Amino acid sequence: MIYADNAATTRMSSTAMEAMLPYMRERFGNPSSLYGEGQKAAEALWSARERIAACIGALPQEIYFTSGGSEADNQAILSAAHSGERKGKKHVISTAFEHHAVLHTLQKLEKEGFIVELLPVHENGMVYPEQVAEAVREDTCLVTIMYANNEIGSVLPVTEIGAVCREKKVPFHTDAVQAVGHLPVHVKEQNIDFLSLSAHKFHGPKGIGALYARRGMALESLIAGGAQERGKRAGTENVPAVMGMAAALEEACRDRQKKQERLIRLRTRLIEGLSQIPHSVLNGDADKRLPGNVNFCFEGIEGESLLLLLDDEGICASSGSACTSGSLAPSHVLLAIGRSHEIAHGSLRLSLDADNTEEEVEQILKIVPKAVERLRNLSPLWKEKISGKLRFIL
Amino acid sequence: MALYSEKVMEHFRNPQNAGELADADGVGVAGNSKCGDIMKIYLKIDGGVVSDVKFETFGCGSAIASSSMATEMIKGKPLTEVLQLTNQAVAEALDGLPPHKLHCSVLAEEAVKAAVKDYCDKNNVEYPQKEK
Ligand SMILES: Cc1ncc(COP(=O)(O)O)c(C=O)c1O
Ligand SMILES: [Zn+2]
Repeated sequence: MIYADNAATTRMSSTAMEAMLPYMRERFGNPSSLYGEGQKAAEALWSARERIAACIGALPQEIYFTSGGSEADNQAILSAAHSGERKGKKHVISTAFEHHAVLHTLQKLEKEGFIVELLPVHENGMVYPEQVAEAVREDTCLVTIMYANNEIGSVLPVTEIGAVCREKKVPFHTDAVQAVGHLPVHVKEQNIDFLSLSAHKFHGPKGIGALYARRGMALESLIAGGAQERGKRAGTENVPAVMGMAAALEEACRDRQKKQERLIRLRTRLIEGLSQIPHSVLNGDADKRLPGNVNFCFEGIEGESLLLLLDDEGICASSGSACTSGSLAPSHVLLAIGRSHEIAHGSLRLSLDADNTEEEVEQILKIVPKAVERLRNLSPLWKEKISGKLRFIL
Repeated sequence: MALYSEKVMEHFRNPQNAGELADADGVGVAGNSKCGDIMKIYLKIDGGVVSDVKFETFGCGSAIASSSMATEMIKGKPLTEVLQLTNQAVAEALDGLPPHKLHCSVLAEEAVKAAVKDYCDKNNVEYPQKEK
């Protein structure tokens, strides 16, 4: 099997797994319990908090454990918005290509009477600080813009966007789920007030993540209950998962630069090879992109059937086609960068990791063009394009 | 559980009747590129019977398998029977489709009916009424 869907989730590292085991076996105590075993768990939890904070340039008391990236996004956005509302501010700025965890939370806010402004995304998958500066109003209570896009891999200028927000005194949240562990992240230097991260994207366990909230930023609790996470997130902490997350993040940050070079080489080769397929286009910026992300649209075919053919050849990948999403519309990300519906249906995302080999990349490059050709030969659209009845878009 | 039944995958991997009929008597298209599935059905009709059929499909696994199955189901059948083809029958013959994929089998039914209509229009034949 060639696993090329690391943006969806990653294999857990053995370091992470080893770090978890003791907290399931002998040190299984509840961190809220007063006896020694409980307190040992509480200490472990705090040390994990310190290590995670250190990886992103935060203070340990600024880290709140959540069930993952989605919950962190929900909590950051709702907290900042409601705290703005108390000062009469109900304008929120975001972008058209955020993850649904952000977009659907913003839709909730709209129902509450907030005005949500989604900045348009450039064709290269970029949103620029000038756009943010222009959009900020007197009543803007939050800017939420992702660090790196999960589909097309573009890496946004968050440091500069953060600087604009600082200057305008507007809280800035970034969904850094695809960035943490893969790109340098330093919340203080990058002017970030809230940041979401998720362990399963950097070889940690699933169902655990964290919200960084800068000291002094108000947080509201989404879950009513006990006083865990300093009253901001009720429920007995998932100690093993937190320990796994901390170990995975430290490992990812330690090895990041070493792995990055190799990954970019693999990515470059893959992009170069797939570009040979006629009537195809790379989505996202060629340089400012996640080291492992490759995303193409192939004209005349539909993405789900491409995934099925690749699966038959043992390649795990993903697509932004409607038929993989359960709705009739293709990926909002591809539509946001201006791809037509037809083209957006024919997308393929391959997200590599340091585990992937050159041989695997060559194997992918052998299989994908054949699969695309096979589907094009079956496609009435392709035939009409070849015969000149329909115009090529790409 | 896999997304699709073995039957769907069989037809997806080895589509029956894929291609074009250059001298088709009726051609029908259903769907559009916006929603992500387009089916085109070519019919050859001899003495009111489908003597040959081919399809071309731009779409997901379910769309391709439904096209393949639908063409198999109407091959050699008289037009009155062809028009009784329903998307439920196509989906059942495929051992079921996931609920959000049913619309792809609807397209197969629509494309077949459009092809029969095209044949009738071109040949001044009355569109056979569905038997009660
Ligand atoms: C950009 C982005 N935000 C949020 C999420 C949600 O994270 P989680 O699966 O941990 O809830 C994901 C992952 O799917 C993501 O890629
Ligand atoms: Zn479909």
